Amino acid sequence: MLKRRDVTAKLNDMRGESRIISGLGSSTYDLHSTGDTDHNFYLWGAMGGAAMVGLGVAMAQPDSNVIVLTGDGEMLMGIGSLATIGVQKPANLSVIVLDNGYFGETGMQASHTNSCVDLAKIAAASGFKSAETIKTEQELESFLQLFQDASGPSFAAIKVEQETPPRSLPILDGVELKNRFRRTFNLFPK
Amino acid sequence: MSHQKKEDKGAMLLPLLKEHGVDFLPFVPDAGHASLIELAFDDPHIQPVVLTTEEEGVALACGHWLGGKKSALLMQSSGVGNTVNMLSLISSCNFPFVALVTMRGNFGEFNSWQVPMGRATPDVLKAMGIQVYVVERDDELPKVVDAALYSAFSSDQGVAVLLSQNLIGRKEW
Repeated sequence: MLKRRDVTAKLNDMRGESRIISGLGSSTYDLHSTGDTDHNFYLWGAMGGAAMVGLGVAMAQPDSNVIVLTGDGEMLMGIGSLATIGVQKPANLSVIVLDNGYFGETGMQASHTNSCVDLAKIAAASGFKSAETIKTEQELESFLQLFQDASGPSFAAIKVEQETPPRSLPILDGVELKNRFRRTFNLFPK
Repeated sequence: MSHQKKEDKGAMLLPLLKEHGVDFLPFVPDAGHASLIELAFDDPHIQPVVLTTEEEGVALACGHWLGGKKSALLMQSSGVGNTVNMLSLISSCNFPFVALVTMRGNFGEFNSWQVPMGRATPDVLKAMGIQVYVVERDDELPKVVDAALYSAFSSDQGVAVLLSQNLIGRKEW
């Protein structure tokens, strides 16, 4: 089974200039563990908001690739976001869910995706241009080769092992995270 | 509540929003915002974004600002209850944020189920650190919305403008 830190490291290797928005909890730690950059905006709270923050950046900067990296629990809390993204159809947005089937930050309670809920099918039915569930190394490689060039929005639920890697913590200062991310677009850091 | 009055409100607010450089209008619809939403769909310079729940609009507005664009969220007072935890984004990062909130349950309400959230709306917003401006009369509306947009985007804070049922008219049953 795929491991979340390996997946995140490979994603980071392929990202180029892409901006990445990470959902609270493990996804934020995973993204930070690959190396900190101003091109990352880490959520430390606002559960359910990662996909919409990503949609906002993608709409505001249509010439830049934007990736949302989040977990199944965070995605489920903002599940309506998939419908909203499907209607807007931003070509430059990818939503990637590290799906371990558990609420990892709170004691490993089984999530809906551990039962019958299929996030990729929800994304497909919501109007995403592509939506897949990835389980193998080979599927991951072919997804990572193609997803940033294809016209989105694209969605991938990447099934990963249930594990708790060591935490890798970004700064908590939200104002700094906001300003440094805006500077990557040469926006006045107000 | 005349239909004419509603149209006037949308026609007054749209140029004001554009003057402040607002690019996007995320919304969960309300009859009180109908004319503004309709006019915005016909305007090439401002883009309405339909949401499934109001908290999406808070996160979306923050994303827009991260990418250098401005939003104003349109919703009714019941939707304020759906935004509460997402509003922590505004306080945690000092995001500029503007919400135009049409009130239910506070002035001439038929539906008792609208009353609890209508009553709680200003307190809920204030508890989350959002400034609350209230508009009771038509002639105050441009001045208050102008001040809200100016305050939010020049001093990086959250401001909600509550449009009283006295202003938008009661829903007829």
